[in-house]
Amino acid sequence: MTDTPTTGSTAAAVEPAEGDEPQIAYPRTEWDDYEIIPPTTSLSNEKLTMWTFLGSDCLLFGALISTYLLLRNRQPLSGEGSLKAADLFDIPFTSVSSFVLLMSSLTMVLAVSAIARGEMERCKLWLLTTAAQGAVFIAGQVYEFTSFYREGLGFTVSISSSAFYTLTGFHGVHVSLGIIMLVTLWAMINRGIIGPERAETVEIIGLYWHFVDIVWIVIFAVVYLIP
Amino acid sequence: MAIVTDRPDSADSPDGSGPGTELEVAEPDSHGDDSPRTGVFARPTHATGWREWLFTVDHKKIGIMYGALALFWFLIGGLEIGLVRLQLWAPDGEVISADFYNQLFTMHGVTMVFLVIMPLANAFANYLVPLQIGARDVAFPRMNALGLWIFFFGGIFLNLSWFLGGGADGGWFAYAPNTGMTFSPGHGMDFYALGLQIAGIASLLGAINLLVTIINMRCPGMSLLRMPVFTWMILVVQFLLVFALPVITVALILLTFDRTFDANFFNVDAGADPLLWQHLFWIFGHPEVYILILPAFGVVSETLPVFSRKPLFGYPIVVLSGAAIGFMGWGVWAHHMFTSGMGPVSVAAFSATTMFIAVPTGVKILNWIATMWAGKVRFTVPMMFSVSLVAMFTIGGLSGVMHAIAPADTQQTDTYFIVAHFHYVLVGGALMGMFAGMYYWWPKAFGYHLNDRLGRWHFWLMLLGFNVTFGPMHIVGLQGMARRHSVYGEFDGFEFWNKIATIGYFLMLIAMVILAVNIFRTWGRYRRGLEPGAGADPWDGRTLEWAIPSPVPEHNFDYVPVVSDVDDFWHKKYQPDETGKLRRIAYGNDIAQIGDQHPHLPSPSYWPIVLAMGMPLIGFGLIYNLWIAGIGLLLLVGSMFGWTLEPATDPDAGHGHGHDGYGDHDDDHGGGNHDDSPDGQDDGNGVLTASTANGEAAGD
Repeated sequence: MTDTPTTGSTAAAVEPAEGDEPQIAYPRTEWDDYEIIPPTTSLSNEKLTMWTFLGSDCLLFGALISTYLLLRNRQPLSGEGSLKAADLFDIPFTSVSSFVLLMSSLTMVLAVSAIARGEMERCKLWLLTTAAQGAVFIAGQVYEFTSFYREGLGFTVSISSSAFYTLTGFHGVHVSLGIIMLVTLWAMINRGIIGPERAETVEIIGLYWHFVDIVWIVIFAVVYLIP
Repeated sequence: MAIVTDRPDSADSPDGSGPGTELEVAEPDSHGDDSPRTGVFARPTHATGWREWLFTVDHKKIGIMYGALALFWFLIGGLEIGLVRLQLWAPDGEVISADFYNQLFTMHGVTMVFLVIMPLANAFANYLVPLQIGARDVAFPRMNALGLWIFFFGGIFLNLSWFLGGGADGGWFAYAPNTGMTFSPGHGMDFYALGLQIAGIASLLGAINLLVTIINMRCPGMSLLRMPVFTWMILVVQFLLVFALPVITVALILLTFDRTFDANFFNVDAGADPLLWQHLFWIFGHPEVYILILPAFGVVSETLPVFSRKPLFGYPIVVLSGAAIGFMGWGVWAHHMFTSGMGPVSVAAFSATTMFIAVPTGVKILNWIATMWAGKVRFTVPMMFSVSLVAMFTIGGLSGVMHAIAPADTQQTDTYFIVAHFHYVLVGGALMGMFAGMYYWWPKAFGYHLNDRLGRWHFWLMLLGFNVTFGPMHIVGLQGMARRHSVYGEFDGFEFWNKIATIGYFLMLIAMVILAVNIFRTWGRYRRGLEPGAGADPWDGRTLEWAIPSPVPEHNFDYVPVVSDVDDFWHKKYQPDETGKLRRIAYGNDIAQIGDQHPHLPSPSYWPIVLAMGMPLIGFGLIYNLWIAGIGLLLLVGSMFGWTLEPATDPDAGHGHGHDGYGDHDDDHGGGNHDDSPDGQDDGNGVLTASTANGEAAGD
């Protein structure tokens, strides 16, 4: 182990021929400084982060949905059959709240498009509308959970109820976090922290919001509609 | 060149002072007094001493802290298994109780996997990936710090179980009905489930961050197939982490809900399926195996060419094999479950895929051997560890192929043969690779070499002790000694080999003591000026990290490197002459960057460590009292907002001297997104996305 490398036969030692002091290997170039290097891909770091996170979240919901599908019709080994979540579904009610959630994707798009054009007031309006629609969906879920509970389907009652509440509850948590982010965005735009130059921030939150909606389409189809 | 003063977030910073006024105040020396109040705290500006480490967002300091923590947990995990080896010294051992024995081997496995090898790989990845791709830092420096501190608190949380009623006792893979309240009534499994959850959040944050860094922040000319193999393997590992962690997250959530809220997921009376946990765990668990080994593969793919003085044999093949392992790693998980009764079709399918995955692994081993073949091999300490990885991992890999044959596996499962197998791949493979990396990059990180003679002692004792410990386990395993049993009988015939294995354990323990002595002694000698500095390029290296001074200056590169080849730095030192023969044209130490520039860097921040503190509080709350969880949640949400409102780079620190790069080493970092980058992305980077990602992680 030496400080200066010894030379092998493949590379006979020749001192750098000309010049008094050796050139550094990586001098200043036309790239000049890190300030001007664009991202290697066409996506910004923030957006790529959100896409990666959403990819990861797919697996989270994938595992939860698989768990529900495995367990939804399980019955106790002995005794009489226990209550299942599917026995209590109110499809028309859930359809309406699902519709509200899906429409919120439209207003989210309008918010993104508004800030891209620099119309901050309009963007704020659409952000609040989106958040409000999310809140309606969450209210619907709270109502659904309460009525199921009143009809005897507690979290611990059966294996199917545990799986149902966990899956839909996790989706509800995702929607709630989305609402918090939307309201925070609204407040930050309101106080001028986010201006038109940060339109991408709204777009990224929009990605998350659309993802949560798409997941709900899957959950609604798989859990509620397919018997 | 960006003129940092006109950044929108500095003009509109929430402290309310008008745009422009504060920008003039910010002379290079004026920070400290007028540091802006963003949120609750004044921003740490010129932190020194321990504060410098606590609030840093520098990827190099974070990497070093990951490494130090990993070595600490390595000591704990190693001592835990020492008691197990003492218990097995003689038949009918009475050193420890069966219950304590269960806790020891469980916590040993959990500690070594989640608190030692993963963070060790993370240490190298954090330190080296930005250097190898020619970047100034990772994509989100504060998120990087957050990952470290969550991991820090997660490890402590997990191990606090020792003092609060005993450690987890269900084995590291914690098969579920067995780890439910009925069979594991103590709090150990709660700490396991929540502690791994916390560590998982840390890993996920780090994985997303590194993935974005590698994909998006490579220097000009660094196409994917010019990336160093280590960075490549880290990229593959981050993909595996991003997609594997949510699955264990779900499994641990189900277990926690069962234990804490009386859910029925693993309640067999209610109709549960015990295979659910096994599938969920191993869908995570098998990619996890590659998460543990691929970084070590990356390390030796760097060291073997350097110390053989040859380029890596078949660079694209090695890279593609690594990626292939990453893909195929998703299709083999059920080979951990051959005896669970899942049916002949599944067993046959997973048996076949498991044999297939040996192919890319074997390709790599052949490439490494071909790299050394006819090279001018220098047997330095990192080289010795690297060569031992190739040899030892091959042994472990071969016994792995034996397990792929389902009928044979049925005989071997739950015996010490399995224990021998995975210790050969994880100690002989992953850990040897990590040691190689330690000796190899130590001069880069600290500016001096670890002592060579002590390093050789460390290596030989480690190699000897390792084989003496785990070699005999093949034999007793095939003789039928079951793992996880705290005693064996006097006439079972296992005594001799168990005594040998215990002796081997103490050889390895001595090796580790030598490593510790080496680290502290050399450090002390260096501080007293008795150790020579290593120079920028002590090993005649091939990748970009050797083109900058050792230890690496805070800003990494003076100027953005522009590369045009694999092993670009090596080509700056060697060029073919008229006859086509390669000749040295320069020495690395002479042509390395000098490190005399002082560009803007990301500012330190309190929020990562404050936010991370919320995590263990939530954990305690779920175990003991939900009010504590409420406090933790408040801390979490509050610091998320503080984080969001704090610009990633302190707008007040050292403005207006951006162009010639003579700022006062505080401000702006050169991430991938700047005012005038083509997509018009503004700065204030990381703020929102980081906070949303954290919000999610917390919600999960």
